[in-house]
Amino acid sequence: MKISYFPGCTLKTMAKDFEDSALASASCLGIELVELPRWNCCGTVYSLTSDDLIHQVAPIRNLIRVKEQEDNRVVTLCSMCYHTLKRANKLVREDREKLDKLNNLMYREDVKYDGEIEVLHLLEILKNEVSFNQIAKKVKIPLKELKVAPYYGCLLLRPPEIGLDDAENPTILKDFLESIGAEVIDYPYQTECCASYHTVVNVDLVVERAHDILSSAINQGAEAIVLSCPLCGFNLDNRQKEIKEKFSDFKGIPVFYFTQLLALSLGLDEKVCGFELNFVDPRHLLKSKHLTGRV
Amino acid sequence: MRTEISIKNTKSKFLGKVEELSGESIYACYQCGKCSAGCPSISEMDISPSEIIRLVQLGEEKEVLNSKTIWICASCFTCVTRCPKGVDLAKIMESLRQINLRKNVDYVSPLSIPKEILSQVPQIALVSSLRKFSA
Repeated sequence: MKISYFPGCTLKTMAKDFEDSALASASCLGIELVELPRWNCCGTVYSLTSDDLIHQVAPIRNLIRVKEQEDNRVVTLCSMCYHTLKRANKLVREDREKLDKLNNLMYREDVKYDGEIEVLHLLEILKNEVSFNQIAKKVKIPLKELKVAPYYGCLLLRPPEIGLDDAENPTILKDFLESIGAEVIDYPYQTECCASYHTVVNVDLVVERAHDILSSAINQGAEAIVLSCPLCGFNLDNRQKEIKEKFSDFKGIPVFYFTQLLALSLGLDEKVCGFELNFVDPRHLLKSKHLTGRV
Repeated sequence: MRTEISIKNTKSKFLGKVEELSGESIYACYQCGKCSAGCPSISEMDISPSEIIRLVQLGEEKEVLNSKTIWICASCFTCVTRCPKGVDLAKIMESLRQINLRKNVDYVSPLSIPKEILSQVPQIALVSSLRKFSA
C-alpha cells in the first residue's frame, strides 16, 4: 500500500529519528510512505480566529500537493501537523465560501482544492489498516519487561471532532504498545499539555509541567515515555536538563517516539531507530532489558 | 479580584469584536467554572479562564487585554473539550491575543529571542511561538 506522506519541519531535523524509524517500520509492514514533493510548513498552529484566512493557505496548499499526486489521503507523524492539516481541511469542507476564497488566493496553482483529501495519522493506519493484531504477529523482539507510559499530549486528541481517539480516555497508544509486547503504565497525566511553544520564552513553565508529567509516570513505575509529537518530545526529553537543575531528586527517564519502539520490536536495524538523537540516552535501559544487540 | 463594573462597558464594541473574531457566543457561558477547573495552566494565570469570559461579558476590555492569562493559554483545548455549553474558549483566548497583536505590538519580539535559544529549540516551537506571540 502506497500513501502520501507529509513530514513537516522538525521531522527533517531534530526528530529525524522519528521519521527514519517510521519509514522503515511502515515499509516492513507493507506500507510505502511517499514523501510529498514541494511540501511546505503546515503553519504548526491552527488559526483560531474566524477572519484569519491567510494562515489556512499553507495547510490547504499541502493538500493540493496530495491531490496532484492523484492520492486521496495523506499521512502525518507529527501531532501538530496532523491537527493543523486536518482542521484546515475540516474548515474548508464545511465552509464553501472560505474554500473558494482560498482557491482564489492560490490562483497560480494548477489544481483547485475541493476538500477531497483525507488527513490521517500513522497511528490510525497502524490501527485500522494494518491492525494491531497483525503488528503483534510481525514482532520479532517483544518489548516484554519494558514498562512504558504513553503520552498523548493535546493535539492527537483535542478538540474531539479532530482527535483520533476518545479525548478523555484514549487507548490507541496503549493498544499499540501492547501489540509490540510492552507493559503499559497507566498514569493521570497522559493527556495533559506539556506547555508547548512556551519552551521558547518561558522555560520555567515547561519545566514545571514536564516535571509533573514525567514524575507522575515514574511514580507509577514507568521506565520510558512514548509519544508522537516532536514538540512534546523536546519538552519532555531535552528539557530534562533544566528539570534536573530545578528538582535535584529528579532521576530522568528516556522518551521515545512510538515508531522507534515499533522499529525495535520488528527487529529492524538499530540505526533506523536513531537512539543517539534522544536527549536522555535510552540505550542503557534497552540493553538492560536485552532488547538491543540481539539482531 | 476587585473589578468595578459599569453599564457603559457592557455596551462597548469590544464584546462584538470578540464575538466576531472568535465566532463564539460570549453570553452562552453560564459561569460553571469547568474550564478553570481543568486548565493545566491556571496556576500561572492572573485571571482564571472563566473569569476572563465573565469580564468579556461585562465589557472589561482593559483588564482582559492586559491580563497575563491570554498569553499563558497555549490552546491545549481541554476547556473546549469539557465546556457543557459548547463555548470554544480557545477561540476566545485567540481573539483576545489577536486584538492586541493587530495593534502591531509584539508580545514577544522575534529579535528578543536569544541566539542560544534559537539554535536549541526545534523549528516547530519557534514557528508556533511566533505565530502566537508576534504581530
